[in-house]
Amino acid sequence: MLMEAIIFFLGFSIVFYVLFGGADFGAGVLEMISGNMNRKTIAHAIGPVWEANHVWLILVVVILFMGFPKIYSTLSLYLHIPLLIMLIGIVFRGTAFAFMHYDAIQGRSNRVYNWAFKISSIITPLFLGIVVGAVVLGRINPDAATFYDGFIAPWLNLFSISVGIFTLILFTFLADVYMLGEADNQFEFKAFTSSAKTLNAISVASGILVFTSAQFDGLPLFSMYINSWFAMLMVILATIMIPVLWWSLQNEKTILSRALAAGQVIAVMLAWFWVQMPVVIRQTGSGENLTFYNSAAPEATLWQLFWALVVGACIILPFLYYLMKVFKGSQFQSGKE
Amino acid sequence: MEDLLAARLQMAISLGFHIIFACIGMAMPFLMAIAEYKWIKTGEQVYLDLAKAWSKGVAIFFATGAVSGTVLSFELGLLWPTFMEHAGPIFGMPFSWEGTAFFVEAIALGLFLYGWDKLKPWTHWTTGLIVGISGVASGIFVVAANAWMNSPAGFDWVNGQAINIDPVAAMFNDAWLSQALHMTIAAFVATGFAVAGLHALLLLKGGNNRFHRKALKIALAIGAVAAILQPLSGDYSAKDVADRQPAKLAAMEGQFETKQPAGLSIGGIPNEETRELNYAIEIPGLLSFLAHGDFSAEVIGLDQFPEEEWPPVLITHVAFQIMVGCGILMMFVGLIYLYLYWRNSDKLQSRWFLWLVALCTPLGFIAVEAGWTVTEVGRQPWIIYGIMKTEDAVSSMPGLQYPFFIFTGVYLLLAVIVTWLMYRQIITLADRYETAK
Repeated sequence: MLMEAIIFFLGFSIVFYVLFGGADFGAGVLEMISGNMNRKTIAHAIGPVWEANHVWLILVVVILFMGFPKIYSTLSLYLHIPLLIMLIGIVFRGTAFAFMHYDAIQGRSNRVYNWAFKISSIITPLFLGIVVGAVVLGRINPDAATFYDGFIAPWLNLFSISVGIFTLILFTFLADVYMLGEADNQFEFKAFTSSAKTLNAISVASGILVFTSAQFDGLPLFSMYINSWFAMLMVILATIMIPVLWWSLQNEKTILSRALAAGQVIAVMLAWFWVQMPVVIRQTGSGENLTFYNSAAPEATLWQLFWALVVGACIILPFLYYLMKVFKGSQFQSGKE
Repeated sequence: MEDLLAARLQMAISLGFHIIFACIGMAMPFLMAIAEYKWIKTGEQVYLDLAKAWSKGVAIFFATGAVSGTVLSFELGLLWPTFMEHAGPIFGMPFSWEGTAFFVEAIALGLFLYGWDKLKPWTHWTTGLIVGISGVASGIFVVAANAWMNSPAGFDWVNGQAINIDPVAAMFNDAWLSQALHMTIAAFVATGFAVAGLHALLLLKGGNNRFHRKALKIALAIGAVAAILQPLSGDYSAKDVADRQPAKLAAMEGQFETKQPAGLSIGGIPNEETRELNYAIEIPGLLSFLAHGDFSAEVIGLDQFPEEEWPPVLITHVAFQIMVGCGILMMFVGLIYLYLYWRNSDKLQSRWFLWLVALCTPLGFIAVEAGWTVTEVGRQPWIIYGIMKTEDAVSSMPGLQYPFFIFTGVYLLLAVIVTWLMYRQIITLADRYETAK
């Protein structure tokens, strides 16, 4: 049970990172595709919360290196390059956003920050997805003889890139639907509504791309899903939510739309978790697949991790709720319902 | 460039960059809290302006520190996967608590920065205080993890594997308290003096107004008290290092031979070839006293260790001298300030005193960087002291110089931008705040 509890916290942190941190990145992409139209609204929406949203990723990292050190070390060794690119994205995104807001002289320099903000908003989710794809695909090979086979081939492939694209689009879709509650005029609201539908459709298309490219790269992803009743249930659930979401968007139901978008993303992620479980990293060559069970830290460590997470959750979650209530509360009282 | 060297340099640059932002994140919230407290109590506009002006700077520093900290949490694995695979379960505990502390800090900061108009004054003030408390807690947790590398505890090392892991014993290792104390006080010295120095400079540049005078007073009071306390914590740290890591102490002092009694060498350039410390001034018996509390005690020199287990003596020694030198200078300035303050002297407004404070601006951060160099370089060649060598922990990915070049470039760029943004904050102060005219 101890192990399951920690896996739960890990999954929880990943889901929250995607739902909040992911949407922050998506907001940058949204700004890119809307040609800066919603720049103010977006800055206003993520300003107070981005730093907190970001910490979920650190939690994921800490759970991995304390609880499952072999997984952390394998990821960092073989996926050094995509992780490095992702980190550079994180650095530029975080700083560019803060600089944009806190430059005492608002002038031409703002264009540079804004440019950095948008580019890094694309790079980070793309490479986060690529890392996830590499972990699932199983081309990490401890016996690799060449630099290419060891450090490039595991992630530079059709499947991993497809997962990267899927992640990018999913984050953008989330951000778009969240922005409905932030829009400050009817024109902007309409624009977000229509792009939400487009992005929802593209998400589905890129999801199909992921399955197709898996077939190409020799990963039987399709049958893995078919063989898991839970994953199938989640996929069906996410699919059923599509028409409901469209109806909700059409009828300007902001809160319901947000819940449905988040629900779709959660369903997609849970399906993935279940298909993977308990394997975290697939390997080839002499490297056996790394599961939560064969890479776990000793029990004494897991207990300490567990208590740190329980106490942490008891402090963080109410405080986080308070943060959201202070800055986002008004959207839920006098929303567009 | 050799991979090991590249990895060590990348780590050094990343930590050396992050430590500045971490120190500011630990100390600055308390300076803002004092200003805001005064504003709530007295209603004087100058204090509100000050708290707000400082918070703009803090926002820039915090964002940069948050991302450079994130990078570090990955870099531990990207550069030292073997180390993390063994060490993660042992010293991960303080990081797991740091996660919570940092989360609280980020939430509280969001409330503080964006909540001026949304929260009641005392609620707002409390969020600022929480930023500071959780910032200090974060710092202490991270330093406790670093202390474990200097003073490994909570496991048995058998055939290259850790068994009988006890994370609690690892977290509360022998070095955690002395290191955490020294680092926390250092953050307040460095930040206090840097802020005071900047405002002193602005006063000298002609902006003689209440805004800068109040700022100087708050920052220097904190910096001065911390600077006077720091030698005490330094003494505690030195005795601790003498017991646990005699090779590090010997390198700090440039002491090649074991001596009884041992004199304290000030300055000088150690020569590893000839095993001599040249050009140093020696005070007889003092090192014996500082290290062991007894003027006739034996102090172990580097001769007790095989040469391949020596830390780089030159770097460790010089960094240590720089740290102590800066620390002592700031302590004296702190004492002068407190004396003048106690005498209620008008010399506090004099140009020579302002110049003195202004000249101290970088000293605290130079001392922080030098001190960090002492603790990290002085631990070499070990990554886990006495257990695992740094060269055995480095990533097996070839070409580590490229990540090093990339991150060096990124951090250089950020350093330039942050400095430039601070400059722009400062030159526009008078336009934004009536009291800063």
